[in-house]
Amino acid sequence: MEAYEQLLHDLMVEDDRIVVMTAENRAALRNLPDVAPDRFIDVGIAEQTMIGAAAGLALRGRIPVVHALATFLTLRAFEFVRTDVGIGKLPVKIVGAVPGFLSDGNGPTHQAVEDIALMWGIPDMGIFTPADETEMLEGLPEVIASEHPFYIRFIGSPGRVAHTEPFEMGVAETLREGDDVAIVSYGFCVALAVEAADRLAEDGISVRVLNLRTIAPLDREALLAACDLPLVVTVEDHFVHNGIASILAGILMEEQKTAAVLPIGLPTWFEPGTLDRVLEHAGFTPDQLAGRIRERLEAN
Amino acid sequence: MSLADERIEELDRRALAVREHIVRMSTDGGCFIGASLSCADLLVYLYAEYLDIDGPEDPDRDLLFLSKGHDVPALYGTFVEIGWMEADRLAKHLHPDDHIYWHPNRSVPGIEFHSGSLGHLLSVAVGAAMDAKLRGETRKVVVITGDGELDEGTNWEALLVASAHGLDNLVVVVDRNAFQANMRTEELIPLEPLEDKFSAFGATAIRTDGHDFAALDDAFSQLPLGTEGPSVVIAETVRGKGLPSIAERADRWFVNFTHDEVEALLRELHGGGEADLTSETLVVR
Repeated sequence: MEAYEQLLHDLMVEDDRIVVMTAENRAALRNLPDVAPDRFIDVGIAEQTMIGAAAGLALRGRIPVVHALATFLTLRAFEFVRTDVGIGKLPVKIVGAVPGFLSDGNGPTHQAVEDIALMWGIPDMGIFTPADETEMLEGLPEVIASEHPFYIRFIGSPGRVAHTEPFEMGVAETLREGDDVAIVSYGFCVALAVEAADRLAEDGISVRVLNLRTIAPLDREALLAACDLPLVVTVEDHFVHNGIASILAGILMEEQKTAAVLPIGLPTWFEPGTLDRVLEHAGFTPDQLAGRIRERLEAN
Repeated sequence: MSLADERIEELDRRALAVREHIVRMSTDGGCFIGASLSCADLLVYLYAEYLDIDGPEDPDRDLLFLSKGHDVPALYGTFVEIGWMEADRLAKHLHPDDHIYWHPNRSVPGIEFHSGSLGHLLSVAVGAAMDAKLRGETRKVVVITGDGELDEGTNWEALLVASAHGLDNLVVVVDRNAFQANMRTEELIPLEPLEDKFSAFGATAIRTDGHDFAALDDAFSQLPLGTEGPSVVIAETVRGKGLPSIAERADRWFVNFTHDEVEALLRELHGGGEADLTSETLVVR
């Protein structure tokens, strides 16, 4: 078994409340049906019914961990998530595959670039945005054990980032210390942000890199401390509106603070293609990110 | 009047050319090769014989909506073969400076609407069919769905609405290749008896061989257009049709083949024996 399904299986053995569901997306669950047939439920291509059924299972004491593409879970099934899971305060764990840039060649129908906005809009919904599979596996037991519903931005590649701190819910990880610029990122983009920071460091620019790890609960303290630096850059494969840049703006408003912020995100759906071409076209390669930040610093 | 033998031979040649285009798109990022091959004959038939279209800009054209969007390589291949698209453009597959990717979009002339999220375009087709009725047009509206796609409840809502509104200008074509991504439909969420389900929702359903042009022509000519509610053609197909090394293989659903494998598949299309394939399916799509 692959690492993710092995972890799910270990957790299922420990806790018989856990059921794993999918809307016929078995990419990360190839072998689980064979080893846990009773608590593996594939509903077919029916995301709304899956979330409704997950709510019913949770209502009866189960902890459903549900899988499909991030778009179909957060968009198609949104009302079921908000109304059945959210209002019901049920501990359903929603695992969204190929979020953001990871949908590469699929096109806008498959691009989860508004998922954070939607899940942030549901009170009590946790949002877990691991930077790589390593972090996802480290955080998952606590996320599944939480009494809250959770959205998990799935990422399947291990070791994208050299982690500096053990996982802690609601605490951002400081991957680079610095005091000229802070880059705040989450998920797939964290590794790009670290590389961009290293490019800038070669020019003598001191860059702090924060990996948010969970957006809900959010590390407000780390974000506010970052705002004391001359520039805060948010980097996300999400619409620039209603993602972390907007969440940061809300916090600044609540705290009656100001900060210089460069929000880097997507103005609209990105042009699909192979992942390397997508990043280049969208201006998200580490060199391009470093260039955009350098340009902004020079304009300051 | 049935199709002449020479015409069937011509359509067979065209379908083979479409399959060559599909195979060529299955590398450098890959494509949904199995589903594309299953509906190649259907698309060739519809554009050659059934749809009344004088070019992609024809304002009076019949409308075709491809709801199972992941088979768009078959549609692009058909467009090339009927002269709507330059073959060179397919080489721009998965380049962000063009719009040729895994699902259809309206940047490509001939594509009526984007798709990719399943269970959307039957609803959109209902709206287009309603508009044709409002305008008093005789325009046909055809929508192609997958069979796994029928798991999505929106299809059945749309059929209820189509029947309630007497949309006798609407034709639903099901590419019944009996597979969804990972397994056979009947092993996961059984759909049969499918004619009975469509009939219960107020549609006239006919089942036919989706790879036999004479049978397709016979089925489409029997549809009660303009007289009753919506029509459905259940076209029985084979996922991966034309390539035994891919046909009905759950593990060859979406593959990013090497260039050598593509050459071997092209030889296989022309009867050159089964290709030796080692690239594995990607299943996260």
